[in-house]
Amino acid sequence: MTSTPQFLGRNVYDLDDYSAEEIMYILDAAKGMKEINLREYKKIPTLRGKTVCTLFVENSTRTRMSFELAANRLSADVVSFQASISALQKGESLQDTVYTLDAMGIDLYCIRHSSPGSPQMVHKYSGKPVINGGDGRHAHPTQALLDIFSIWEKLGDLNGLKITIVGDILNSRVVRSNLIGMKKLGMEVTVCGPRTLMPGNMEEIYGCRVEYNLREALSDADIVMGLRMQMERMTDGLFPSLEEYSKHYVLSKDTIKYAKKDALIMHPGPMNRGVEILPEIADSNQSIIVEQVANGVAVRMALMFLILGGKA
Amino acid sequence: MTTLITNGTVYLDGTFKPRDILIKGGLIKKVAKHLEDKADQVIDAAGMHVFPGFTDIHVHLRDPGQTYKEDIVSGTKAAAHGGFTSLCAMPNTDPVVDNIATVDYIQRRAKDLGYARVYVIGAMTKQSAGLEISEMATMKSGGIVAVSDDGRCVQNSKLMLNCMRYATNFGLPLIVHAEEESLSGKGQIHGGKVSSQLGFTGIPALAEEVIVSRDIMLAENTKSRLHIAHISTARSIELVRSAKDRGLQVTCEVTPHHLLLTEEACLNFDTNTKMKPPLRTEKDRLACVAALKDGTIDCIATDHAPHADFEKVREFDHAPFGIIGLETAFPALYHNLVKPGIVTLERVIQALTSAPAKLLGLPSGVLKTGMPADVTIIDLNQSTTFDADSILSKSKNTPWLNQTLSGKVIWTLLEGKVTWQAEQ
Repeated sequence: MTSTPQFLGRNVYDLDDYSAEEIMYILDAAKGMKEINLREYKKIPTLRGKTVCTLFVENSTRTRMSFELAANRLSADVVSFQASISALQKGESLQDTVYTLDAMGIDLYCIRHSSPGSPQMVHKYSGKPVINGGDGRHAHPTQALLDIFSIWEKLGDLNGLKITIVGDILNSRVVRSNLIGMKKLGMEVTVCGPRTLMPGNMEEIYGCRVEYNLREALSDADIVMGLRMQMERMTDGLFPSLEEYSKHYVLSKDTIKYAKKDALIMHPGPMNRGVEILPEIADSNQSIIVEQVANGVAVRMALMFLILGGKA
Repeated sequence: MTTLITNGTVYLDGTFKPRDILIKGGLIKKVAKHLEDKADQVIDAAGMHVFPGFTDIHVHLRDPGQTYKEDIVSGTKAAAHGGFTSLCAMPNTDPVVDNIATVDYIQRRAKDLGYARVYVIGAMTKQSAGLEISEMATMKSGGIVAVSDDGRCVQNSKLMLNCMRYATNFGLPLIVHAEEESLSGKGQIHGGKVSSQLGFTGIPALAEEVIVSRDIMLAENTKSRLHIAHISTARSIELVRSAKDRGLQVTCEVTPHHLLLTEEACLNFDTNTKMKPPLRTEKDRLACVAALKDGTIDCIATDHAPHADFEKVREFDHAPFGIIGLETAFPALYHNLVKPGIVTLERVIQALTSAPAKLLGLPSGVLKTGMPADVTIIDLNQSTTFDADSILSKSKNTPWLNQTLSGKVIWTLLEGKVTWQAEQ
């Protein structure tokens, strides 16, 4: 495994900046990283002396841990910036925060922020490469890469595979990045959810299929991905009750039978069991939900390795 | 003091003619093919165009209260740099212009220190809060030319109906920022393809169209003079067109940015593409251009809305709405619409001069004997690069930042006095 010059110093704002070949190269690298994670001593010295900053302005535990673990296993130093206990709470601008961090000698930023476009700002003010760990409802490229990696690992060639993503499409950055990546790799994507939670122009933007009826949406799917349904959407007037939502869109034994037999079940987490997915599905043999989390560390290791020019 | 402008191509009665202009005592004294008069100052406008000073009926001068963004001096200097000689100041200052004292303050300060003539638009409702009618009649006696809650929009239809009845009672036109706030909500950019792509909450075209539709119906009922500010959607334009066909006193303006840019400009998260109404689709933009040409859109106004750098460098959804426009208006329009032959120079000039002046009954916008000598002289073959140093507004929030645009303002004269002169 080597980092090639084409990845050096690059930003990962979203997957639209990466070709299908480059995405496959990243997945290959992630495969190597996954082996490291299965060893008894899960650490290689490749990024020793580099400093990675996780700049999390929006709360997240698992994604931040995943980034930090990835950096640790490559022997980079990690500093963690959390908004809830930081100067941003005191009214410091993101610009000043980045100037301050940059003065401390950061080599790579991993940012999570509620504002679309904030990774671009971090790069603008630091000049350093940035990995987007989720910016508002815009993009979440590392989640998409780990999702695609998980499918590739199980099913091999991605071309022509059919995936159906069900739930709150409107508020999902995971869906947007997955649509870009999956379409590049030749997959057929169907998005499904109530019309109040479906953004406009989806077919035109992503070349996906939009379906409001779950049975129709699931038909013939190789993979089914559920999305977290957030309670706040109810007060926004977008749907009346979790019960009614669940009745029409839950992934259960009853509904999943419309997909292909043994279709893979995925979920980016955290799950609302009983709302968008039933335990009988989440915990079934078809489910790769837990493996997705493990693959997240490997994919993030691969990106850091490629961007910072690690040697192995 | 006399000034003679010679050898220029002069905009007269809707066309261009070689004329000399003699200015005396701040008024236009003579306009003729060739003038031999002696003058204290002679401006040789050979190879240049001589226009009536531009009039912008939609400007935010931020004075009083937000003078870190702009003040009456810097705002009118920016106006002069852009060839404007008359401005209408919107009332969303701090305090809001809903009382005669603030009207007086702005007028006096502009008269004493300004580089352009400033007319005041009074708030339609107290503090523009949309709850009670403002003291329109008192402000009218103090000189306001119209009422508006620009930046906000009266949501309560009954109150709007009464604002129209009351304003019409005192002969005041109503200028409406059309935005149904439950539909625009926390929207950041146009609700369409780009908002879906970037994950921003959208401001749908409907948010504007619902109010344009409502207010046309209310204006018809009250026989009031309704002016739609910064129209931005194809459907809104249709609504105004049909209102005009029915003979209603409904007019509208368009900004240079809605004529020239679309939602696609937001793709790089530049906060200088964030304003209300938002940049719309290419279909909407083309409808704006067509309506400017056929006269459905009456005039061009900039909606000059200065914001300090530290406000605009924030994350896109935390940055304030609005861009400056006085200095780039003519060059951006000339460079992108006139030069490529899409709209005639005559129409753009009319929409920047006599048309807006006529809308609000302002004594400007025409080069005629006896009129105030407000003159803008432009060299269409020269260009300006709008970098932060060359922009005279206190704020630099423009999508044309660092761009070079042809159509350079060389001189601006307000009542015969030079308010802007380019380095030659």
